Amino acid sequence: MTSLRFETVDAAAPRPAGASTAGASASPRAYLVVRGLTRRFGAFTALDRIDLEVRRGEFVCFLGPSGCGKTTLLRAIAGLDRQDEGRIEIGGRDVSHAPPADRDFGIVFQSYALFPNLTVDDNVAYGLVNRRRPRAEIAARVKELLALVGLPDQGAKFPVQLSGGQQQRVALARALATSPGLLLLDEPLSALDARVRLHLREEIRALQNRLGVTTIMVTHDQEEALAMADRIVVMNHGVIEQVGTPEEIYRTPASAFVADFVGTMSFLDATVAAPGEIRVGARSLRVADGRALVPGCAARVGLRPEDVRVRGVHPDDENAFEATIEDVEFLGAFCRARLVARDAPGLALLADFSANLMRDVGVEVGKTLLVALPPDALRVFVRSSPMADEASAS
Amino acid sequence: MSAVLQSSEDVLPTARRFITEQRVVAALVGLLCLALLVAIALPLWALLSKSFLNADGGFVGLANFARYFATPALVQSLINSVMVASLATCIVVPLAFTYAYALTRSCIPAKGLFYALALLPIFAPSLLPALSFIYIFGNQGFLKDLLFGATIYGPIGIVMAQVFYCLPHATMILVAALALSDGRLYEAAAALGTTRWRVFVTVTLPGARYGVVSAAVVVFTLVVTDFGIPKVIGGQFAVLATDAYKQVVGQQNFSMGAVVGMVLLVPAVLAFLVEQILKRRQVALLSARAVPYAPRPERRRDAALLLFCILVGGLVASILGVAVWASFIKYWPYNLSLTLSNYDFAEFEPDGWQPYFNSLKMAGLTALIGTPVIFLGAYLIEKAQAAALGRFFAHFLAMLPMAVPGLVLGLGYVFFFNAPWNPLGALYGTIAVLALNSLAHFYTVAHITAVTALKQIDGEFESVSASLKVPFWTTLRRVTVPICMPSLLDIAVYLFVNAMTTVSAVIFLYGPGTKLASIAVVHMDEAGAIAAAAAMATCIVVTAIAVKLLHLLLDAVLLSRLQRWRVRTG
Amino acid sequence: MRRWLLAAGAAIALAFGSGAADAQQRTRVTIYTALENEQLAPFKQAIEAAVPGVEVVWVRDSTGVITARVIAERENPRADMIMGLAASSLLMFEGMNLLEPYTPAGVDALKPAFRDSAPPATWTGMDAYLGVICFNTTEARRFNAPMPATWQDLTKPEFRGRLVMPHPASSGTGYLMVAMWLQQMGEEAGWRFMDALHENMAVYTHSGSAPCVQAARGERVAGISLDMRGARERTQGAPIEVIIPAEGTGWDMEATSIVRGTRNLEAARRIADWVATRQANELYSRFYAVVAYPGVTNTPANYPANAEARMFPNNFTWMADNRERILAEWSRRYESKAAPRN
Repeated sequence: MTSLRFETVDAAAPRPAGASTAGASASPRAYLVVRGLTRRFGAFTALDRIDLEVRRGEFVCFLGPSGCGKTTLLRAIAGLDRQDEGRIEIGGRDVSHAPPADRDFGIVFQSYALFPNLTVDDNVAYGLVNRRRPRAEIAARVKELLALVGLPDQGAKFPVQLSGGQQQRVALARALATSPGLLLLDEPLSALDARVRLHLREEIRALQNRLGVTTIMVTHDQEEALAMADRIVVMNHGVIEQVGTPEEIYRTPASAFVADFVGTMSFLDATVAAPGEIRVGARSLRVADGRALVPGCAARVGLRPEDVRVRGVHPDDENAFEATIEDVEFLGAFCRARLVARDAPGLALLADFSANLMRDVGVEVGKTLLVALPPDALRVFVRSSPMADEASAS
Repeated sequence: MSAVLQSSEDVLPTARRFITEQRVVAALVGLLCLALLVAIALPLWALLSKSFLNADGGFVGLANFARYFATPALVQSLINSVMVASLATCIVVPLAFTYAYALTRSCIPAKGLFYALALLPIFAPSLLPALSFIYIFGNQGFLKDLLFGATIYGPIGIVMAQVFYCLPHATMILVAALALSDGRLYEAAAALGTTRWRVFVTVTLPGARYGVVSAAVVVFTLVVTDFGIPKVIGGQFAVLATDAYKQVVGQQNFSMGAVVGMVLLVPAVLAFLVEQILKRRQVALLSARAVPYAPRPERRRDAALLLFCILVGGLVASILGVAVWASFIKYWPYNLSLTLSNYDFAEFEPDGWQPYFNSLKMAGLTALIGTPVIFLGAYLIEKAQAAALGRFFAHFLAMLPMAVPGLVLGLGYVFFFNAPWNPLGALYGTIAVLALNSLAHFYTVAHITAVTALKQIDGEFESVSASLKVPFWTTLRRVTVPICMPSLLDIAVYLFVNAMTTVSAVIFLYGPGTKLASIAVVHMDEAGAIAAAAAMATCIVVTAIAVKLLHLLLDAVLLSRLQRWRVRTG
Repeated sequence: MRRWLLAAGAAIALAFGSGAADAQQRTRVTIYTALENEQLAPFKQAIEAAVPGVEVVWVRDSTGVITARVIAERENPRADMIMGLAASSLLMFEGMNLLEPYTPAGVDALKPAFRDSAPPATWTGMDAYLGVICFNTTEARRFNAPMPATWQDLTKPEFRGRLVMPHPASSGTGYLMVAMWLQQMGEEAGWRFMDALHENMAVYTHSGSAPCVQAARGERVAGISLDMRGARERTQGAPIEVIIPAEGTGWDMEATSIVRGTRNLEAARRIADWVATRQANELYSRFYAVVAYPGVTNTPANYPANAEARMFPNNFTWMADNRERILAEWSRRYESKAAPRN
């Protein structure tokens, strides 16, 4: 895992060689730099030597299942939770031990955290009043911010009189009121209805584009992350699994975990037969993996359901075989079928068919199809060396 | 949009300010710990250590305890206490259960009124029912014949008065337990054609069993540690609480008093532990999907329960009424004409009306100082980030009084504040120490109320204010306190009413010029002036109820005017 | 926040401010007393009128409680004076060296029995009180209980569970009765008598006047109690006879002392001077039939006529010396049987 983490960080923020060690100065474009951040709760390690850089103006999502450490990392950046080890820089300033008030960020929580006894206006002005600005200036600023989040005439209402989506906009306006250098969003959409969520995520993204404020959003919703982020930081068990653009994360997941967590993927237990060839049960498959895979290694092979070819497959095509449709799940715009190879019962995978394709191919349970698995769509995740495999077998 | 984008010059490092903020938290937590130590821990320690010392302050190990258990009279009191408490528990819990069942699971009319009737005894000192029962069943009682020659002075009178005194506590717990029910279970049972009795046994009882055990535990502890009732109506029937009084006040035998205090602590601590274990088990008894049970009318059941409620509620009101009525009677039982002369307290009591005003002052002080202190303490414990160890310690100390009977705490205060080495000794016998003692005695419930209110507030308010560079005290003032205002009022009224009616904690503590109304009741009863005692008890009840009514009124005003933000429409 | 603090501050100021202002002007003299409740207000008024600049603060309890309290506080005395406490208790304190010697001006005018003749003088007598039987005639008729003429009459079965007397450990009246029976009948016969009496006793009360009140209200048939309370209850209309049995009855003297180590010695001395005055004795005589000053008498209505004649020759020194032993024995005999009786 360790090597993987260094790789991903390097890939995410290319820097001159030698600048990647912890504690060294970051690349000039980095606004937020995290180095070797560790946080333990008793015996449980919530964050394990996290390294990360976020560029100025970037929209970054922390993605992972609950308990992966993404919120802990966000709260450590905010200064709301203290790290046990490691260093945090914001805007070139070391804030590792600075209190939250000295870190220059705005934050929005899943629960909105609006002050229920204050009007919308007072909520937005909350951070401004404390700076002893003239009243008129504050009022003008509040008006501007409410217009910005699309709630121009709601200032006199109390939070309880607004819908969830509206409340979250107010929270956003409040967080932006003091013009922070960093905007932190902690699962801001999770408490909202599906439709409102879709709508608001577009608005947040547009607003961020317009303001150019460096933004970090924590989410467990991979679809949200893929749709909103410039870059995604996928986390699991307190470490970063991969950092990359949504495309990279989806197309070339660095680990089986990432592949599984982001999007849907079928996994097959396999053994490396030769470079560029693996075996699943009795069947051997070609893979377009550039790495020099050691024959005999146990591996997992992943394939996205939409990459299964069924149209115009010839029996002589690479990785073509006959498969039986075991089950079909109707999902609206498309269907997801479970296919099992006729000659290798261990070779079971999911395949997505659009409504068109369904009609053309005639997908129904029990039918046998000729399918092909494109070698460049097969992702190989090595599990162990052959030695270890033998040791565990004996 | 440029205005939004501009990075204004006021985003300056404010580290110094925040460090002060953390220091403020640390200092406040330190102060809180110190205050709780003085108010709770040190007096208990003084009691504990006293029980191992002889009269001259020499360490004698367990000799005092050995002497205690070798004295048949004292051991008899222990047995008496346990017996009376068990009996009272066995009567109160089924009574309160049926009453609570009627209030929550039937369609009887005027539920609010019946609930209020059952809660009435809370506003009276425990001495009051004892006085009433003397008038009702005493040797000159108007219903004396109902006892068939048995005497009210002794276990019978104690149990009867304790049932009255404990009824509201058990009823409150059981109403809460029975109100928390999943209506779907009853629908399922009905769909399966289950008989009513089986539904009761298989659904109702298991659902409320923690409430039942909890009520039993609370009642048992209350009875064992109450002092007022056995003092007034116990006759020669000695119990632990009166023993403690006799040892400490009557014979000034502090060591033996401390031993009795320690013995009194045992059932209370056991009860506390049982409750804690139960509470942990009760988690998730009710799923979030539960549908509240809505009782449907059922004529025969409702009629029977209505009759029961009229009987019990009526009895409670009558018992209270007897004391009030008796306080206006000229010379029981020979001259039943009405008079106000029993309220001329100077005739019976050296300080006249002064004890009543002392009580008002003491209860007011307890509420006025206790409410902000308890709330701020709960806020620090619940919301602050710094001084984790101190906050944990403070929380432990705040929960401690729950397990300490008032009488025991009062004894601890005597030993602690009366010790010659204690610089706080000057406070001994002052209103301040009485208020401190009441505050400590009732700290836990008020603390839990405050913590519960604070827990309901979004936990991120402090984070948001920190991100907006607003210090925590500003958010406390502008947001947290206004949101918690109803709970603050609850706490203040709770403290006032309890400080007004308490006897057991303060009986050892009053000094020259600071006698309280409840103590005056004890003294007037001791001197045989039972009508005047009833009159003073009536004054206490009337005051406590008036304060409660004022509270309800204030709550209504608060909700309609100042707390507009709670309501969706508008 | 600020508003809360203000309110709290105001409350504190309210609670202590008024008291503090008062204390600056007048000397607060804390007096432990076993005087009856209704006497305290007039006594306070009289003392404060006679001794300007003094404020009397009473701590009132039964004789036994005050006695125990003074002993318990001997390391750290909280009382300035003791007033209206049984002479037997004061004699005990004298033996423990807890009292400040002082001979009030004008003490020579008092009856000799009310003066501390053995130097150093530590106490000044005020009045005498004696034990009587309050006998409720209405209730007695219901139970056919005969009017008692002697102490032995109280052991008759008709009184079973219908008698009441003060607890000797807490009440001065209770102790003087027990001491009287033991002195009069001899220890062995005295205890035997009390064994029999105990069989009839419904309850031992904390205070010395409560038994008479209970008898007067018909709660009990007869109560052994303080003489003045009997007269007073009868005057208020209670159907009781106040009886002093033929063998004579126990009595004790109430007296005043200054506590050693008081911080208000000067004020205490002036109050002690007042205690020996005629005016003071005239005040006592409103509540007591027998007072220290010769010629001051005010026998209240319904007070038993033969009272002075039937006062038994009491030995205070014996009472003081044997107090602890007698109380321990009494407790051993009658308190271990704490079961309810009826």
